[in-house]
Amino acid sequence: MLIGIPCNIKDLNSAVGESFGRSNYYLIYDTENNNSNFVINHASNSQGGAGVKAAQVIVDNKVDALITPQLGENAAIVLKAADIKIYKSILGTLIENISALKKDELPSLMEIHQGYHGHQ
Amino acid sequence: MKIAVLSGKGGTGKTLVATNLSFSINNSLYLDCDVEEPNGHLFFESPLISSVDVSLPIPRVIDEKCDGCMKCVDFCKFNALAYVGNKVLVFDKICHSCGGCKLVCPHDAIYEEERVIGKIESRKYGGVDVHTGILNPGEESGTKIISRLMEIAKSKREEITVIDSPPGSSCVVMDSIKDADYCIIVAESSIFGAHNLEMVHELVLLFEKPMGVVLNKTTNGINPSKLYCENNNIPILLDIPFSKKINAISSSGVLISEEDEKYKIMFTNLLKKITGGEIS
Repeated sequence: MLIGIPCNIKDLNSAVGESFGRSNYYLIYDTENNNSNFVINHASNSQGGAGVKAAQVIVDNKVDALITPQLGENAAIVLKAADIKIYKSILGTLIENISALKKDELPSLMEIHQGYHGHQ
Repeated sequence: MKIAVLSGKGGTGKTLVATNLSFSINNSLYLDCDVEEPNGHLFFESPLISSVDVSLPIPRVIDEKCDGCMKCVDFCKFNALAYVGNKVLVFDKICHSCGGCKLVCPHDAIYEEERVIGKIESRKYGGVDVHTGILNPGEESGTKIISRLMEIAKSKREEITVIDSPPGSSCVVMDSIKDADYCIIVAESSIFGAHNLEMVHELVLLFEKPMGVVLNKTTNGINPSKLYCENNNIPILLDIPFSKKINAISSSGVLISEEDEKYKIMFTNLLKKITGGEIS
């Protein structure tokens, strides 16, 4: 299974990115072989529609499950269309969140916000 | 002549000036470009003559023709398109209707559909030809509605057009003043008011339009907006002292220039200052 998490530093011991669409990178973690790969989020500097473009990055990387602190409604539409499971991150590092997901300890993300639409 | 009435923020008296100025002129055109919350029509209550929808072209994809090359998704600088599960998703409200996706599609899989974003209502009140731009709630940009209002101004023969601009100094404000011959900035007598005046002043300078300021709700105290005008050589066209009477008349949806002749003279004089050569 491939897990995606937004982050701002390419380090498994760094914190989860606070924003889904505007984080610098996504950690793509493969639970089969414990390989981690950081992909650039080209949407991070978009004027608008960052959520849509960021979700496209997640889809194109064939992620099965996304861990994020929050998510906007446009990004949620894209991810749901791709049947990607969405979990809410807990406080802590990227690797701690991955361990928590493996132990089935992360809740599903229920709240989808309406997006910031330029109002950061 | 087209006169735009602007303000740095809502509630300064922009609509007060714009509606009463229009009413004080025989045969004027009043365009409410404050499309997010147009309220000028409240003072021009009269039967609706016409209501015309304003729409934008939005891309639609013929799935059978799409082979998933993603050229349209990559092209869209507004990120209004995504490709998921062998289908292009279109985010209508992010789309800026540039038509680029349709052009870059190598398989002719994209066509455009009109999507209604608002309307323009037209009324006639005395000698005023009233046109109100209304953006539907939840829509992102009223630019198209404002450009339609400007087309109305081009097709009419009224000598004076009064443009009631949106508050602030954003893109829609620029759209509302680019065709104007003169800009009136309405400013309140507070530090906050002066700050907002400065922002709009800078914008009007960029457009190199002749301008003047109406000081509204003034009191006997220090008026930072007045000081700003004096320091920057902006002509003060009119000073409207704070008045419970003006407030009471306006709050009941009545034009002060219709209720009291002295206010009508006040706005007629305002127009004379703008057109009569007293202001260079």
